Amino acid sequence: MAKPRTLYEKIWDDHIVHRAEDGTCLIYIDRHLVHEVTSPQAFEGLRMAGRKVRSPERTLATADHNVPTANRAHGIADPESRLQVQTLSENCKEFCVTLYGMDDKRQGIVHIIGPEQGFTQPGMTIVCGDSHTSTHGAFGALAFGIGTSEVEHVLATQTLIMKPAKTMRITVNGALQDGVTAKDMILAIIGKIGTAGGTGYVIEYAGDAVRGLSMAGRMTMCNMSIEAGARAGLIAPDETTFAYLKGRPFAPKGADWDKAVAYWKTLQSDAGAAYDKDVVLNAADIAPTVTWGTSPEDVVPITGIVPDPKDAADANKRAAMERALEYMGLTPGTKMTDIPVDVVFIGSCTNARIEDLREVARVAEGKKVAANVRAMVVPGSGLVKEQAEAEGIATTLIAAGFEWREPGCSMCLGMNEDQLKPGQRCASTSNRNFEGRQGRGGRTHLLSPAMAAAAAIAGKLSDVRDFTKGAKSDAA
Amino acid sequence: MKPFTKLTAIAAPLPLMNVDTDMIIPKQFLRTIKRTGLGQSLFNDMRYDESGKPKADFVLNRAPYDHAEILVAGENFGCGSSREHAPWALLDFGFRCVIAPSYADIFYNNCFKNGILPVILKQEQVDAVMEDAQAGLDVTVDLPAQIVRSGNREFKFDMDPFRKRCLINGLDDIGLTLEKAGTITEYENRIGAERSWV
Repeated sequence: MAKPRTLYEKIWDDHIVHRAEDGTCLIYIDRHLVHEVTSPQAFEGLRMAGRKVRSPERTLATADHNVPTANRAHGIADPESRLQVQTLSENCKEFCVTLYGMDDKRQGIVHIIGPEQGFTQPGMTIVCGDSHTSTHGAFGALAFGIGTSEVEHVLATQTLIMKPAKTMRITVNGALQDGVTAKDMILAIIGKIGTAGGTGYVIEYAGDAVRGLSMAGRMTMCNMSIEAGARAGLIAPDETTFAYLKGRPFAPKGADWDKAVAYWKTLQSDAGAAYDKDVVLNAADIAPTVTWGTSPEDVVPITGIVPDPKDAADANKRAAMERALEYMGLTPGTKMTDIPVDVVFIGSCTNARIEDLREVARVAEGKKVAANVRAMVVPGSGLVKEQAEAEGIATTLIAAGFEWREPGCSMCLGMNEDQLKPGQRCASTSNRNFEGRQGRGGRTHLLSPAMAAAAAIAGKLSDVRDFTKGAKSDAA
Repeated sequence: MKPFTKLTAIAAPLPLMNVDTDMIIPKQFLRTIKRTGLGQSLFNDMRYDESGKPKADFVLNRAPYDHAEILVAGENFGCGSSREHAPWALLDFGFRCVIAPSYADIFYNNCFKNGILPVILKQEQVDAVMEDAQAGLDVTVDLPAQIVRSGNREFKFDMDPFRKRCLINGLDDIGLTLEKAGTITEYENRIGAERSWV
């Protein structure tokens, strides 16, 4: 009998084009997503060497990092950003790659539109010059971020040179408590294993709490695998996955659909498959979670306090905590719910799907954004925006005092004009709380969409369970 | 790609853990469509004040580290985004080698594509090199021998043989892969039959 294999090993084995004696493999890449920031030098490289894009039909491009999320009638004001987006457009034309540009309603954050279009499917290898490509692992696809040199390599050859990763299984048993979402679960996981805990691994998420998530929740979890150091996260596909994909523009049709589903059903780790590392959490132990510092591992339950560097495990860690607290302007012992915020950002490839926006609307309905807060909602794509408007979510949010904006990466990384000012404190549904990430001197607290909405209303970090007693979370 | 064999140079100490790619090269410099010219913006927010004036206490603003070619740093160096602008900025400044206890996967990979050698040493060995770097001593990194020489100490390091060969010879990955174009086509034909929807 064949050796039991993990989901990762099955996908890997199915994509080996060539294996060298030392174990280095040439791996076939089924889907390649492209955006304006990490691709210009790759296309330039092709041009210089007189090479073509090997499989334009496996490649899909959009502009997301630089695009304005306010009024787009006058295009992009910043000349460098404008040139970068124009360059993408010219490159896509020259190399015959499909592009969802700024004027296309399918435009949006690259990791939102891939799944939305059904371009992302189980069992595929998917890459993009963007670390949050791990998002697509929610479909049981092996998806990971690459640098620009590798973008060029994939464009030219539709393959990558790689060695297999180690495997880690993270099982979350039981059911999530009310008010606790996929975002809280992944933040708690990063807090447990650390920001380098997944380095060298592909993480497979398992257990009842993961199985019970919507595709949106699964994407949120896989998205932040990179914040735990893992290039890829995986969740085995199931009926939830198939139901999500059915009928989407790039999804298989007719007889191909049945054939595809039959194959997708084989994409489960075999009983007895061995992982290099196993981690287990209980869903019941996870509370709504926020970050206090400048690394995604700096997490604490919303009911907790700012930790004290005196309690750090070693001198390096203590120095890092002291630096983080100084940057964040926080004092050890402060209750998390006593921290006021200036800005609330709801968006990013982590949390800008329709389910996320429904959560925000549910908390904000009939309430008002606090006077001290600027609250922005940036939908993940033109289609998410359209749907939210059709469902009345936009009306609810605008009435509550939220800004309703155009799709893009926006303040997650502040490449466009959506940036924090020095010293401003932000409750953000994004993925990174690094120094300067959302703007030089800006202070970021990562949290779930529902928690962000609660912070917007209260004007400070707050426990969403005090706002929505008894209501069951949609994104969970 | 410029080959990497052996380097003796000034090593700049950066005793921080989790140095992320936003620190190495902040987002406002990612709007470029070129690979070059990022060296002046390397570590921008740590290196310059808000008016753009160099901060005297930042290591790369002080001699002899302003012409360092080796960077010594804490664990999980290069975490965060996949931006290859991070190794491009390091290279453009003049760095050819980083020494740290561990790296984020994507950054580590990106280094090799740009002729930068990321050396992994144990924490206590990095601490020793860090001390010598702080004293302004030259450090030698010998890739063929897989040895770091710092002061009178020598530390052996591991290196994947394929990556080593590519760095020493400055090999272009794409050229190597295109030699297998026929094998790629065979794979596509086989999979096209088995998984027609892909």
